Amino acid sequence: MIGRLYTWALVGWLLLPVAVMAVFGFNDADPRRNVRWDGFTLHWYAHLLDRPDLTRALLNSLAIALVSAAVATVLGTLAGLALGRHRFRGRGSANVLVLMTIACPELVLGAALLSLFVTLNVPRGFGTVVAAHVMVALGFVAVTVRARVGALDPAVEEAARDLGAGPWTRFRLITLPLIAPGAVAGALLAFTLSIDDFVLTGFTAGSTVTFPLWVYGSLRTGVPPQVNALGTLLFAAGVLVAALSARSRRAS
Amino acid sequence: MARRSRTPGRAAPYWLVLPAGLWLAAFFLVPLASMASLSLQSGDLVDGFEQTFRWQNYRDGLDVYGPVLGRSLGYGLAATLLCALLAYPAAYWIAFHGGRRRQWYLFLIVSPYFVSFVLRTIAWRQLLTDEGPLLGPLKDAGLLDAGFRVLDTSGAVIAGLAYNFLPFMVLPVYVALARVGRELPEAARDLYASRTQAFLRVVLPLSAPGVFAGVVLTFVPMSADYVNAEVLGGPGDTMIGSVVRAEYFDNSAYPAASALSFTLMAVLLLAVLGYARAFGARRVLGEP
Repeated sequence: MIGRLYTWALVGWLLLPVAVMAVFGFNDADPRRNVRWDGFTLHWYAHLLDRPDLTRALLNSLAIALVSAAVATVLGTLAGLALGRHRFRGRGSANVLVLMTIACPELVLGAALLSLFVTLNVPRGFGTVVAAHVMVALGFVAVTVRARVGALDPAVEEAARDLGAGPWTRFRLITLPLIAPGAVAGALLAFTLSIDDFVLTGFTAGSTVTFPLWVYGSLRTGVPPQVNALGTLLFAAGVLVAALSARSRRAS
Repeated sequence: MARRSRTPGRAAPYWLVLPAGLWLAAFFLVPLASMASLSLQSGDLVDGFEQTFRWQNYRDGLDVYGPVLGRSLGYGLAATLLCALLAYPAAYWIAFHGGRRRQWYLFLIVSPYFVSFVLRTIAWRQLLTDEGPLLGPLKDAGLLDAGFRVLDTSGAVIAGLAYNFLPFMVLPVYVALARVGRELPEAARDLYASRTQAFLRVVLPLSAPGVFAGVVLTFVPMSADYVNAEVLGGPGDTMIGSVVRAEYFDNSAYPAASALSFTLMAVLLLAVLGYARAFGARRVLGEP
C-alpha cells in the first residue's frame, strides 16, 4: 500500500512539470509574462505558428530528427546484427567503442566535434548536427538490435539456407522481419534522442536553431505560450506513437 | 553451395560494421584526437592557433576552474545519491508488486521524456518562482517566510538534476530486481530470515548490478550538465559545462576549453573506474 502510494507520488513528481507546461499553454496571459494564471484560452493553439522563427526551429528539429534517426537506424541495425550474431576479430573493440559513445558525456562529445570543426574550418549547420546526432544514436540502436539478435534461434536461418535461400534472400525474408521490432525500437529511441537534444546541438549547430535551442534562447525575454502549446502537442504525439508501437508489438 | 555461402559469410560481419565504424571514426575518434591536439596549442582566434605542446593549458584550467569542477562533481554525487534513494523503492515496488501493470508504470516513469528536457527544466522554474504557484500560497498563508526561496540555490540544482535523470536510475534497478524474482526472498523467509534480513542479505546484494549501472548512467551526465545550474541555480552554482561552453563560444579560447573538456572526461572516467573497482566490477557485471 505504501509502495503503491510512493510510486504514484514519484510518477506525480515526474509529470508535474509536464502538467505545468500544458496548463500554461492555455493561459490567457501577456506572452512576455507567462507565469501567473489569468484564465483559460485557446488563443495560443489558434496562433500556434505565429512566430516564424519558432516554427522554423521546430521544422529544423523534426527534419534533423527524421534524417538522423533514419541514418542511425540503418547503420546501427547493421552493426548490431554483426555484434549480436558473428564472432569476429575486433568484435570486443567494436563493443567498447559503442559503449564509449553511450557513456561519454554529451558535453565532451560536443566539445570534441566543435574542436574538429573549428580546426578544419567546417561550416556548422544542419549537416554537422545530423552527423553528431547519428553518432550518439547509432550506439543505442546497435545495442537494442544486438539484444534482439542474441535472442534469436539460429536454426531458423540455417533451415532457410538448407532450403536453398541465398544470403540476400535469407536476410530479406528471415533475418530482417525477426529483428524489425528491435530496429523499430531503436529508431524511436534515435528520434527521441535527437529531437530532445540540447547540449550536443548547441555545440554543432552554428547559426541553425532547433526547438530546444530556441526555447532556451527565449528564456531571457520570456518563453511565449506557443512553446507550451507546441510542447504539449509533441508530448501527446510521443505518447500516442509509443502506445501504438507497444500495441502492435503485443499483437505480433 | 557450401563454398558460395561461406566466403561472404566470413567477411560479412566486417561489411556490416564498416559503415557504423567509419561514422564513429569520423565523428567520435577523430574529434577526440583533434580536441587532444587543440588542448595543447597556444595562440588566439585573431593570430591563429599553433601546436606548442603547452601542457600548461591543463594546469591553468585546474588552477582557475578547479573549484567549479569540484562543485560539479559534488552536485553530481549528491544528485546521484538522491536519485538512488528515490528510485530504489519505486523500482522495488514495481518489480515485486506491480503485477500485470509493470510495463504501464515503467512507461509512466519515462513518459516525461516526450517533453524536451529544456522545457521541463523551465517548467520547474515557472513552478518554483518566489511568488509562483507553489511558494506563493504558502507565503500568503504565513507558512513560509516572505524571503524564502528555492530558485537560485544549490538545492534546486541538485533536485533538478535528480529529477531530469531519475528514469536512468529506475530502469536498470528495476531490471536487476525483476531478475531476482520472488522465489529467492521467499526461500529466505522459509529458512526463518526476517523480512529485513531477506531484503538486506538476498535482494539488495542481487540488485547491486542495477544500482551500479544506474549510478554510472546518472553520475556522468549529471556532473557534465549545465542546463539545470543555469536555469535553476544562482550565480554561485555555475557548473563546469557552463565554463566549457563559455570558453568556446564567448571567449573563443579553444585550447583552454579543450583542455578543460579533457580534464572533465578524465576525472569522470577515473571516478567510474574507481567506483567499479571498489564495487567489484566482475560481480557487478554478473559474470561468474
